[in-house]
Amino acid sequence: MSSYSYAAPTSVDEAVEVLATNAASGQRTQCLAGGTDVLVQMSSVDREPRLLVDVKHIEETNAIDIGNNEIYIGAAIPSAILNENEELKALLPGLIESADLIGSTQIQGRASIGGNLCNSSPAGDTIPALIAVGAQCVIAGPDGTREVATEDFITGVGTNCMSDSEFLLGLKIPRPGARTSDAYLRFIPRTEMDIAVAGAGVALTLDENGVCTAARVSIGAVAPTALLVQEAADALIGTNVDDVALQAAADACSAAASPISDKRGTVVYRRKVVGVLCKRAGAIARDRASA
Amino acid sequence: MAKVHVTTSVNNQPQEFLCEPQESLLNCLRDEINLTGTKEGCATGDCGACSVLVDGRLVCSCLMLGVEAEGKEVTTIEGIAEPDGLHVIQQKFLEHAALQCGICTPGFIVAAKALLDKHKDPDEETIRYWLAGNLCRCTGYDKIIRAVQDAAKELAA
Repeated sequence: MSSYSYAAPTSVDEAVEVLATNAASGQRTQCLAGGTDVLVQMSSVDREPRLLVDVKHIEETNAIDIGNNEIYIGAAIPSAILNENEELKALLPGLIESADLIGSTQIQGRASIGGNLCNSSPAGDTIPALIAVGAQCVIAGPDGTREVATEDFITGVGTNCMSDSEFLLGLKIPRPGARTSDAYLRFIPRTEMDIAVAGAGVALTLDENGVCTAARVSIGAVAPTALLVQEAADALIGTNVDDVALQAAADACSAAASPISDKRGTVVYRRKVVGVLCKRAGAIARDRASA
Repeated sequence: MAKVHVTTSVNNQPQEFLCEPQESLLNCLRDEINLTGTKEGCATGDCGACSVLVDGRLVCSCLMLGVEAEGKEVTTIEGIAEPDGLHVIQQKFLEHAALQCGICTPGFIVAAKALLDKHKDPDEETIRYWLAGNLCRCTGYDKIIRAVQDAAKELAA
């Protein structure tokens, strides 16, 4: 393709057709939601012309549906809108905080959870939070829609499981029941507007006695992709999520991490900090669940 | 590909322009419709100099395509002043000397307008966090914060 082009389909079928036609012609396609990653890449590391498919004009990418069993968040909803939704903030405080951590007020006016996921950076803040709450990615393609667990969506640094003729429609999250909550924490060297050195998301459920009956723990920025750490969840389940259990979960996170050393942090530092973040996020999720 | 025809509204005026699909809204504002009040600082969404409102929401115009403005309401620094003179925020920036070189100022004023449209009585922390995406290398920020606080007080009066 010698020049850029732009399409703004208004339905899932139209979008899939545009994507499939362009993929069949051998030309490059990139979906555009808030554009806060795409436009930066277009003007720096990746100037190759392509078809930009704006997915913001489709009903399903803009919907928020808080059902009795399931919560649906459209892929193109900007963080600012999520943050203005008090019901979502009460139900999924950790996930919404993770979206709120990304960028300035200006960035939040455009950047979406779906875009953060599709950009598939190892350091994407919403990704561990999505994995922790058990989000399923709803992907539209020529054969209809399919669902993939968030931990299986990203396949490597900047890559994911979608083909050129597919796009992310939204995220389905089980509605948290009683005594269930989540938290996400990341470490950055200043108070905001930076990229995570390490991050940890924890979602858990307590019974009437404060014993943890279900947990999911995910870590970010310490491996090529965000990871679901089953050993950390196992360390919490069956406990009161006390300091001993949290330390065991933290140790499991440090063990599961396979970080790199770069300007943001060393391997040793990231491995330690991700455990600390797991411990602190676990305590916040516990306190929220028992509130 | 041929240029795309975009029909939009800028500062409550209908606007049409032609642009390349990959052209930023910032460049379209400056080069296609000659509204040069909106500044380019970093062009990567870090500095906020290019801040505009799109359908009332604060965004970096360097991180939005011109073609995405189709059917939208865009407000730039040129649309902030009142018919009979400066907006209170602009006046307070002058009174508090909240600018030196002036490159960041349009972005700060548009961002402050978005803040005061949403929060009538923001505390200092709220103002500082809201404006964290606007960088100023001259003032040290303090005068800007004072100007916004004073504007909020006057707007509430």
